[in-house]
Amino acid sequence: MASALINVPSRAKRGEVIEIKALISHPMETGYRRTQLGVRIPRDIIRVFVCTYNGTEVFRAELHSAIAANPFIVFSTVATESGTLALSWTGDNGFSVTESATIIVGDPDMAPHTPQRSEPSRETRDGPR
Amino acid sequence: MKRWVCAAVGTAGIVATAFAAEIPRAERRSGYDFMGRETRAMQDDDTANPGMLWVLEGEALWNRKLGAAGRACADCHGDARANMKGVAARHPSFDAVRARPLGLEERINVCRTDRQQAPPLAYESRELLALTAYVARQSRGLPIDVTIDERTQPFLDAGRATFFRRQGQLNFACAQCHDDNWKEKLAGAPITQAHPTGYPLYRLEWQNVGSLQRRLRNCITGMRVDNYPLGAPELVDLELYLMWRARDMKLETPAVRP
Amino acid sequence: MERLPSRRDFLRVVGGVTAGLAATIVIEPAAATPAAMQDAIRKIVGSARVGTGRVKLELPPLVENGNTVPLAVSVESPMTEADHVRAIHVFTEKNPQPEVVSFRFGPRAGRAQVATRIRLADTQTVVAISELSDGSFWAANANVVVTLAACLEDA
Repeated sequence: MASALINVPSRAKRGEVIEIKALISHPMETGYRRTQLGVRIPRDIIRVFVCTYNGTEVFRAELHSAIAANPFIVFSTVATESGTLALSWTGDNGFSVTESATIIVGDPDMAPHTPQRSEPSRETRDGPR
Repeated sequence: MKRWVCAAVGTAGIVATAFAAEIPRAERRSGYDFMGRETRAMQDDDTANPGMLWVLEGEALWNRKLGAAGRACADCHGDARANMKGVAARHPSFDAVRARPLGLEERINVCRTDRQQAPPLAYESRELLALTAYVARQSRGLPIDVTIDERTQPFLDAGRATFFRRQGQLNFACAQCHDDNWKEKLAGAPITQAHPTGYPLYRLEWQNVGSLQRRLRNCITGMRVDNYPLGAPELVDLELYLMWRARDMKLETPAVRP
Repeated sequence: MERLPSRRDFLRVVGGVTAGLAATIVIEPAAATPAAMQDAIRKIVGSARVGTGRVKLELPPLVENGNTVPLAVSVESPMTEADHVRAIHVFTEKNPQPEVVSFRFGPRAGRAQVATRIRLADTQTVVAISELSDGSFWAANANVVVTLAACLEDA
């Protein structure tokens, strides 16, 4: 059961640079650990994180084993138009999770925004977790 | 990863004297105060605190109907945000049927077996940690307030005796580090006062959320004492003593600790 | 009745087994080396010169646990179509593998500023290399002391 917690402002002014925080549960098994019998534990990590804004990619991160468990990423994007921000994580063993949040982008004399928390959406994963 | 054994303590020069008094109430400090600025920031920000992932999962479990009774926690208890306020701060609490105090994990499992007619959740399982974290999160900011009366007093005394008893290969008692030497360091890390102010919590060492019992077992292993299994009455008695020792300190669940 | 193995046979068998075992035990370096990190950096940068400045890399100087080390990195840039940061790459010198993460940006990022949490196997230096739209590279580094929690659980 992978949960994700994303923090996206629900409203922003056009042209404003907004900060997005993304946290997802995942062990990020490095592939360098061994069991007590010396058997290598295979790598199982999230490899790629992508943010699209109304379908256009605006940010990407390529993760390696040195990213801590339950990966946390904070990044920025320009609030260009109202619509949907989709954050997706993909990785080893077919891991694939996408979370979305909507944003209303208006003109400068808008009320201040409040961050919204998304509800978990689709998740697929091969094999036992 | 290097494994530091608590035998290193033998060379750390900790003086074994007759026990000093318990920490004066005004001097009690949460493990939060011993952490670096960045780790504290991780705990303070709900959008960055990894423990919140478990709280989220716990919220989903709270509302899920299950068991032969087809019942969700919410069906009896309603909205946890309102109705679970203060519950974690009062656990372990006395259970008349079992004639002993139960911790929050035990209490949740009693509800599962008796009310939901579902099998109990395994200790340290993701589901039990998530539910416990969700319930305990509703007591965040509230003072710890376990009830000590004629029914719970014997268990408090047993827990206290364990805390002060020299045991194991190092002939150490919990009190020697946590009452007498909490200003010092052990293998480079600060010795805290050992107040359970944020359980279940996300421990960086575990890269996972875990219970107070898991943490106690870590310490007991480090002290080179024969360990107690999860759920053992000795651990619950120790939990009761530690919560009483931390009475009126604020609960921080889900805390983050190194 | 089978001939009992002679001592020479026995030693030969044992020797064979030992050699077999030695062949399957993989001796891995406990950690990458600074040279491995330089190779990884060279793969990104090629033969271009790497300047210092413009990149701000923030890490705590001392961490309680190397499992989870907060890292923040930012690069001064107007982030316009003509002049923006294309990527920021992070490397370590003593982890088993030098690459940590690569962040990719375009003008829509608004700011070349990211934060995450990384793992550090030991006290070491962390390097951030940023790649700009004009093809130039800029670097910053930070030293981190890694301590460990004292009473670890047995596996």
